[in-house]
Amino acid sequence: MRAVLIAKDQISVLLAALLQGRKLFAPVDDGGVIAFRQVDSPQEVVLDYHNSTVPPKRLFFPQTETLFRYGLEGEQLALEEPQPASGEKVLFGVRPCDARSFTLLDRVFTGGNHCDGCYQARRESYTVVGLACTHPRAECFCTSVGGGPFATEGSDVLVTDLGTDYLVEAVTDKGAALLEGLSGGREADEDSIRRRAEAQAAAEAALRGEINTEDVKRKLQEMWDDPFWDRLHEKCIGCGACTYLCPTCHCFDIVDEGSEQQGRRVKLWDSCMFPSFTLHASGHNPRPTGKERWRQRLMHKFRYWPEDHGEVGCVGCGRCVVDCPVNLDIRQVLHDVEALAKKVE
Amino acid sequence: MTDLSQAIRDEARRLLSDGLVDVVVGFEAGTIPLRASPCFVRDAADVERLVWNMSCENNLAKYLTRCSGRVGIVAKGCDARSVVGLLREGRIERERVHIIGVPCQGMLDRRRIEAELAGREALDVQEREGEVILRGDGFEVALDKERYLHASCRACRFRNPVLYDTIVGEPVAEGTADDEYAAVREIEAMPPDERWRFFEAQASRCILCYACRNACPLCYCTECFAASTEPRWLDPSNDATDALVFQIVRMMHTAGRCVDCGACERACPMGLDLSLLTKKVGKDVEEFFHYKAGLDVQERAPLSTFSPDDPGGFIR
Repeated sequence: MRAVLIAKDQISVLLAALLQGRKLFAPVDDGGVIAFRQVDSPQEVVLDYHNSTVPPKRLFFPQTETLFRYGLEGEQLALEEPQPASGEKVLFGVRPCDARSFTLLDRVFTGGNHCDGCYQARRESYTVVGLACTHPRAECFCTSVGGGPFATEGSDVLVTDLGTDYLVEAVTDKGAALLEGLSGGREADEDSIRRRAEAQAAAEAALRGEINTEDVKRKLQEMWDDPFWDRLHEKCIGCGACTYLCPTCHCFDIVDEGSEQQGRRVKLWDSCMFPSFTLHASGHNPRPTGKERWRQRLMHKFRYWPEDHGEVGCVGCGRCVVDCPVNLDIRQVLHDVEALAKKVE
Repeated sequence: MTDLSQAIRDEARRLLSDGLVDVVVGFEAGTIPLRASPCFVRDAADVERLVWNMSCENNLAKYLTRCSGRVGIVAKGCDARSVVGLLREGRIERERVHIIGVPCQGMLDRRRIEAELAGREALDVQEREGEVILRGDGFEVALDKERYLHASCRACRFRNPVLYDTIVGEPVAEGTADDEYAAVREIEAMPPDERWRFFEAQASRCILCYACRNACPLCYCTECFAASTEPRWLDPSNDATDALVFQIVRMMHTAGRCVDCGACERACPMGLDLSLLTKKVGKDVEEFFHYKAGLDVQERAPLSTFSPDDPGGFIR
């Protein structure tokens, strides 16, 4: 695959080239909040960021999505489905943990017997340019869950910050096609490939605390009624920060808004942390308290996912660690489960 | 470890060993720099978990309405005022709560510190008289503590708990901000259009995760209006209007009750300036009713009582 070296001060030239005939989505700084937005100029893009506050999953799986609108015109019912935006798009500067989350979301929305066409159309319209993570932070744990700071899963192109240059490598045919049409930069030499390998080794070494997710899965399979759950949720205040900012959480609700005359059906993010999650029309909820909700969150990611897909439903981005208002750290919870597993053995 | 940590542990051990409480709600060390985490200690042998530092930013009064039995609570100034509020509103019984008062020097605003570090990561945090020392990969900086406190802490005039059963440590000097409401006055002085744009921009960032509401010790409704489906006050779809309506109603619900502890702002993962709203409510209640919440268990709430002496300038 093609690899190009671009001087750092020339990155705006690359971004400008990407803007030709394409829509470019990249991280921007909105008053301290880093979010992926459509940009009109390279100057809006920030690349010296740790990770975006809000994960880019929002572009494929929006928080609110209109499935259709309806209206009564006299006796006649009119239905209107939103048309997916056409055109080629580039999603630039995604960290490897988030890029990997796309491949996990794909399994949910397009991998099984049912395919969400709207999700698929959005997903396929993007070429994803990953940005290698040279400085993982204290909350990061991607290597514990099958990823890595330089992992390429989910990226079509991987960009690595080598200090004075960016190394831009095609990862997929789609990525190669994107690079094909772009001028600027020079072909990467052996030295830059070596520097990339060094940066990768350093980043991987900086990640601390491995979690054995296989042990965790086995233990979770036998601890449904464990007293562990009685106390685990005690400090949790039941907000949706962990799930809404999680790149792999994908639970949604479908509601109708409007009147008999007109309205719309919308698909919305849901959160297992909310009292309304799985609340039945009867008023019964099989998950009535924080205990059952926390058990659901952990079981879903670290037991059901491995059982159904062979991988855990977590990419180790650490947002739930940083953004939890009470610092209820999922890594600690997993270590506690691991310790229980060892105790039994 | 600070002397206060030790004093809190000693007091927790005494309360638990003497059977005076079933649980002590305090703070334990956080898992990442600049964080501490609420914890629940039920066994005198576990009191070593308890810590006290400038990252004990949560309002632990939140847990009083959820804990059964007799509860010992580690309470800084704002937590203690929230306990007063919960007692006044009949949410908890006085005899069920043992307040371990902790004079508070203010809590560090981790987001402002991160902004100051501009991408560098603090891996070790030490507190020293008047300073916080941050060390990371190849750097060490000393920051003036007072400048990096949360907005609510800088202006706090109740750092020493107003209600307690036992107190640890020595009294501290209260906050010295000249004008607690300076930031509110700036917003009030904006032309309406500009003010609207300001709040619209803030609201557009809100993801309706409800961390602000859930962190608030005074938000204890069994069903929040925001979750109600019959009637439906808020459309479940998230847009800036829903976020604004949610915040406005949340503020109306806490008017005359909010102690401006800042828990909502600290909980917000999107960095919204929620203390602007809590301060505006506090300022109005103070000006209109000469009332400050969380100081007196007996006093009637300003919005549930009428007094001919109310200044009432807003209604005449």
